[in-house]
Amino acid sequence: MELLRFFTAGNVDDGKSTLIGRLLYDSKSISTDILETLTKQSKSTGVDADIDLALLTDGLRAEREQGITIDVAYKYFTTDKRKFIIADTPGHVQYTRNMFTGASNTDLAIVLVDARHGITEQTRRHSIISNIVGIPHVLVCINKMDLVNYDEEVYNQIKADYTHFAESLNLKKVSFIPTSALTGDNVVKHSENLKWYQGPSLFEFLETVEIEQDFKTQEARFQVQYVIRPQTEELHDYRGYAGSILSGSFKKGDKIAVHPVDLTTTIEKIEKFGQEVEEAHAGEPVIIHVADNIDISRGTTFVPNTTFVPNTTFVPNTISITDGNTIHTPSQSIQTEKTFEAIVCWMDNKSFQPGQKLLLQQNSFRSKAVIKEIDNKINIYNFKSEPSDGSLHLNDFCKVTIKTAETLSFDEYANNRKTGSFILINENTNNTVAAGVITS
Amino acid sequence: MLHCNIPIKKDVAQQHPIINPKTQKKVDYLDQLEAEAIYILREVAGQFERPALLFSGGKDSICLVHLALKAFRPGKFPFPLVHVDTGHNFPEAIEYRDNLAKELEEKLIVRYVADTIKEKNLQDGKGKFPSRNGLQTYTLLDVINEFEFDACIGGARRDEEKARAKERIFSVRDEFGQWDPKKQRPELWNIYNGKIDQGENVRVFPISNWTELDVWNYIKRENIQLPSIYFTHERECIKTEHGQWMNVNEFVQLEPTDKIEKVKVRYRTVGDMTCTAAVESEAHTVDDIIAELKDTKISERGATRMDDRVSEAAMEDRKKGGYF
Ligand SMILES: Nc1nc2c(ncn2[C@@H]2O[C@H](COP(=O)(O)OP(=O)(O)O)[C@@H](O)[C@H]2O)c(=O)[nH]1
Repeated sequence: MELLRFFTAGNVDDGKSTLIGRLLYDSKSISTDILETLTKQSKSTGVDADIDLALLTDGLRAEREQGITIDVAYKYFTTDKRKFIIADTPGHVQYTRNMFTGASNTDLAIVLVDARHGITEQTRRHSIISNIVGIPHVLVCINKMDLVNYDEEVYNQIKADYTHFAESLNLKKVSFIPTSALTGDNVVKHSENLKWYQGPSLFEFLETVEIEQDFKTQEARFQVQYVIRPQTEELHDYRGYAGSILSGSFKKGDKIAVHPVDLTTTIEKIEKFGQEVEEAHAGEPVIIHVADNIDISRGTTFVPNTTFVPNTTFVPNTISITDGNTIHTPSQSIQTEKTFEAIVCWMDNKSFQPGQKLLLQQNSFRSKAVIKEIDNKINIYNFKSEPSDGSLHLNDFCKVTIKTAETLSFDEYANNRKTGSFILINENTNNTVAAGVITS
Repeated sequence: MLHCNIPIKKDVAQQHPIINPKTQKKVDYLDQLEAEAIYILREVAGQFERPALLFSGGKDSICLVHLALKAFRPGKFPFPLVHVDTGHNFPEAIEYRDNLAKELEEKLIVRYVADTIKEKNLQDGKGKFPSRNGLQTYTLLDVINEFEFDACIGGARRDEEKARAKERIFSVRDEFGQWDPKKQRPELWNIYNGKIDQGENVRVFPISNWTELDVWNYIKRENIQLPSIYFTHERECIKTEHGQWMNVNEFVQLEPTDKIEKVKVRYRTVGDMTCTAAVESEAHTVDDIIAELKDTKISERGATRMDDRVSEAAMEDRKKGGYF
């Protein structure tokens, strides 16, 4: 069975909570005692329907009182084919940071559109956020079809409008499904009312949509989380670097470059759960042993030596001549810099103060950092760059120049979501104040 | 008999061969959940000076120990196991706990709610089913202070309860152990910010994204041994007004109208004996349990916890007060 993580975005009242509730309800993922509480609650909030499916996804009391979802809530359901993790995020513009957060870890975005209103500013904003986060696949759910008489024309028009808009972004893949969350049309079962629609129901779509396995085919990256040194008698010299393969794969005997110390060595052994393995791939937690005694600690990055450029006489083995005489050019190599450009989403209630002391964290790597310059502000309604007035407020997206104290080893986010992403931490409050994706 | 020792048995390793990207073989969801949990455990080891693993003797914390073995062997755990003993625990769970610590040669710290009650002159639980659930928060906060733990790993899952659905994986608590839903840090990608001030601590939930069924599927796959009370056995019980089976023990105050019955039951969670209900079951094996869960209609908490029924927001209030 596979795991699919997706997030949902929509305007307030587009029917997001109802849709998720419907998915859980119709896939029989709701227990009777929870349904019972919901029925009780639905009565006390005076909602008509037997159960208000939206209540399923509303978590905390403060939010219940305000009647809006203000955080990222995680929901789970399982079918015979897949386990799903839903990051349910609020739609309001003032919760842009929550949406960015919910989206950061997912493979698919479901953007809800009210069939009566078509593409709105909010739809654009949600799609642009998905675009910045680099979601591989966007599904546009054209909801409330019951309120437009299940009209195919309405659906086609919205589809055309969205397709036109999406051309200005670099979304990799976009799909469309007409639904009615309230009546359940096309959510789990195909609908008589939507006979003209030949595609899958939302449920079928979720069960079959291809999950991008990007990380597997990318350049190999590994970062040390923790150094294991038992220091017992029989394991006196044991020194293993524990961490997860971030992307690509490593093999025993691979020549690697170690950053930021800029040294090369060889992988002597890879262990996984107490057993030696020949090879390990993206996502796998392992312990790596290297041949030379060099300074390696938490946050140290391993990459194939082929991408290590300075003063090396080593012939990169990715350049090989195959049968068809085509030359494989080496893929994007790791960059090691103290200054780089990124798009950040400011997440703190307090705005950025010039000179503010920050810590940058990328996976397990941390360094002191400053935002040197705020280059541009990104308009999240049309994705255009606007001149910056030098400020950075909650929910702003800006192109910035960041300088770190230690050398950072990274890839551009577009090439690698694991090594191209980071958070900024306020050194005084310890809060996570921004999330960023490296652009160059 | 425990099967937690690494190396993992050969047959288990063969069932889950390393995935070769070239053959595009799909990764199993349990591998992904496991990898995520191990990643989180290693982040705790890397980011904190004095972490602890809160061990309850229940299946979730037993899974955590298993994951810790996978994360840190052949090294020792970078944290002790800490158990807050309410004095109302099932003897089977206590025995399991002690054996586990001994077999793994890991440090176990036990602190007793009974001692806290004496020291602080607190009112012990009262009534028919005297619960020490609220009281264990005091003992927990005391043991955190005593050892200055800066991170406490727990087995809570987001599917347990609505207030947990928004819980972070790294959840920051102030000096009083309090949780403020408005002050939680955004959690992006797999980047965990565990930076805190002196006196604060972080509660860490590596299996946040697992459901009850995932836990059982994992127990099955990894062949993890559990305390016997998870499987069917005969037990003397009385039926509560909500129709739940409560076992008869020295702490429960029987009433004349109570009818003691011998029932075939098992436990879905292993908490306090006085407020954890048993469920009727014929499940002898993990496979039986999985089959049973697949067609049960009642959630784990709904079936077994008496203390959350009181109010819709009960859990939220308990968490704000420092409860796990
Ligand atoms: N007619 C109709 N109403 C819907 C549909 N989906 C949701 N609604 C209603 O729209 C309102 C807002 O839905 P809700 O799920 O709370 O929206 P959210 O703010 O996006 O989570 C509620 O009254 C729903 O019952 C639909 O497909 N058709």
